[in-house]
Amino acid sequence: MATQSLIGTKNRAGQVVADAWKLLHEAERTPCFYTGSEVIKEAVRRANCDVMIAYPITPQSEAAALIGELFAEGFIGDYFRGESEFAVMSQCAGAAFGGARVFTTTAGPGTMRAMENFPMWAGARLPIQMIVTCRGINSPLSIQPDTLEISYLLNTGMLVWHAETAQDFYDWILKGYMVSEEPDVHLPLALCCDGFFVTHTKDVVNLTPADMCLPPYDPYRSPVPCMDMECPPVRMMRDPFVMKSNYISYATHASWQQEVWAAIERSRKHTIRWLDGLIEVDRPDAEILIVSSGTAVSQGREAQALLEEDGIDVGIVKIKSLRPWPGDEIREATKNAKHIIVPEFNVTGWLAKEIRATIPDADRVYAGPHVCGGMTMPPEVIAADLKKHLGLKSESLAGRGS
Amino acid sequence: MSKERIKIAPEMFDIMPEEYQDLVERATYGKEGRGWKDIGTSKELIEEHSLCAGCPESMAFRYILASLPAPEDTVMVGSTGCTSLVFPHVGVHNIHSLFGNQNAIASGLKRALSVRFPGQVKDVVVLAGDGATVDIGLDMTLQAWFRQEKFTTICFDNELYANTGGQESGLMQKGFVAKMAPVGKTFEKVKLPEIARESGCHYVVNCTVSKPNLVEKVIKNAIHVAREIGPTYLQLYTPCILEIGKNSMEGLQEMRDSEKPTERFAYKEYVSDQAKELLTELAAKEKERKAAAKKQLADKQLAGQA
Repeated sequence: MATQSLIGTKNRAGQVVADAWKLLHEAERTPCFYTGSEVIKEAVRRANCDVMIAYPITPQSEAAALIGELFAEGFIGDYFRGESEFAVMSQCAGAAFGGARVFTTTAGPGTMRAMENFPMWAGARLPIQMIVTCRGINSPLSIQPDTLEISYLLNTGMLVWHAETAQDFYDWILKGYMVSEEPDVHLPLALCCDGFFVTHTKDVVNLTPADMCLPPYDPYRSPVPCMDMECPPVRMMRDPFVMKSNYISYATHASWQQEVWAAIERSRKHTIRWLDGLIEVDRPDAEILIVSSGTAVSQGREAQALLEEDGIDVGIVKIKSLRPWPGDEIREATKNAKHIIVPEFNVTGWLAKEIRATIPDADRVYAGPHVCGGMTMPPEVIAADLKKHLGLKSESLAGRGS
Repeated sequence: MSKERIKIAPEMFDIMPEEYQDLVERATYGKEGRGWKDIGTSKELIEEHSLCAGCPESMAFRYILASLPAPEDTVMVGSTGCTSLVFPHVGVHNIHSLFGNQNAIASGLKRALSVRFPGQVKDVVVLAGDGATVDIGLDMTLQAWFRQEKFTTICFDNELYANTGGQESGLMQKGFVAKMAPVGKTFEKVKLPEIARESGCHYVVNCTVSKPNLVEKVIKNAIHVAREIGPTYLQLYTPCILEIGKNSMEGLQEMRDSEKPTERFAYKEYVSDQAKELLTELAAKEKERKAAAKKQLADKQLAGQA
């Protein structure tokens, strides 16, 4: 167990362990033109990870394979390909139980196959980071961008963030460990992005120095014992609660579930500090707001510019963290809005439902447009839907029957 | 684990639970040559349990925990089932996560411990029922063996799903009438020991837990081989007396009947050449250790007489 600061020492790859705040806020940044997958690799290079476990599924396969190269170069303690997403997420759990900083990636049907693991991760308080490069989960088979899988993650007890850009991704992978490994949090993080749009496009991303890395994970700061036999092996109880049908048993389970959700609440202060707020607001005084997450925000910005040309003033609310949910922030940001438009890359509009459940006068929310199955979301569609909602005339868009 | 880590501050000693004081004072963590004969003379790593009266699993648990070569550096991985009701009572770190994923958990755990404690002994032992090992978790059982993960897999084979009330399992005998096999099981008992051998396990044993000395031997062999070479597999018959219509006192006889040479739990062993070499080496060292201990005792007695 380390009792002295490790800042300034070197890790297994010879990188200098940096103060995480200084690394991310003060260290010199170098602009690079990379795909999202390459950006994931570059973030993991600097994350001082102990174990990464991989499995191929589009569109995260490239990132998972690139991290294998990092292992070959000595940046990661161990790396292997598991046999399925269910197995991989269990292997990640095993490694985290054993005190390792763990990283993995998945997508779409892989997320669904692995689902049984996620409430277990949260309940066991394992601060694993999982990148979710969202894609369709429907049948017939689709590999195209679609964010429906995020809605299934929202009630697992994991932290859930939704990155808009590759730059978000880069910073949030590193910041994610800092939040999820806090002793009063110690929960897994699902760091989501819209597959292909972020993973397979190139963008300029400002990277921190490659010879500097995060401080290592200290498993002895965990609120539950690390399973390495380096602390006393208490015999936990005389009667396992699973077998009991009595009040104490129910109360134990109930309080543990409440504790997981309380830990999500406690992550709020850390998330606000590291992400500079759970939401980002542009033109808060506008009467019309586009509120969204992921790349729908980028499309919203384009729509904002189009609408401005027509003299319609629109503000943007970018939701960065879905768990913890920025309820107060959204209420505050939307207090003067008369119309709230929520564009989403999924068929059910789960984000609009969350927002409606959060704000007063929920009929201000217009849920849409919804595109799914890989459809793109042209800003013209957002602008047209908004105008239609406002009762204004808009140009007819070919093929949409409007 | 250093024994120092489990010392209780003197000021706190009397307020710790008696169980815990006993574990610190009288358990056999770190004792060389520990084994089933310590039962009754030292603090066991399990005593009370929540299994049925007379359940052979409880005997198996006692023998196994008494035989771990290094419990102070052993982490066990369980699965859902009767075994998961016992693990909370066990005096080594143990993990329950889901049903059937035990060999995946153990794979990640063993690798993490190898990264964090390079060159140090950190044994990982999986202990799960036959439903977890052979049915729902079969892919993860086999894949861990294919990958040559360095841990031991123990299957408590009671030939059915005991904890959920006696349903058919892959290790059930053909023709056995059970819940979910209303006209008798229609296919043969899965031959997992043979599959284990073909899948890359270096030490495989199929037996009952009727003889504690045999259990001790196979546990120690399996863990040493896994530590040094690669995966090992033990399939131990622990009949569910409740579900096969036996009384509490009849578990031992059931095991004795099933281990006769023509029966399905007749002792069967496979040892790879690499493992044979290691076990021969370890046996020679153990012989030396015992001879030295004997000599030391004799010298001491002699000195006492003088």
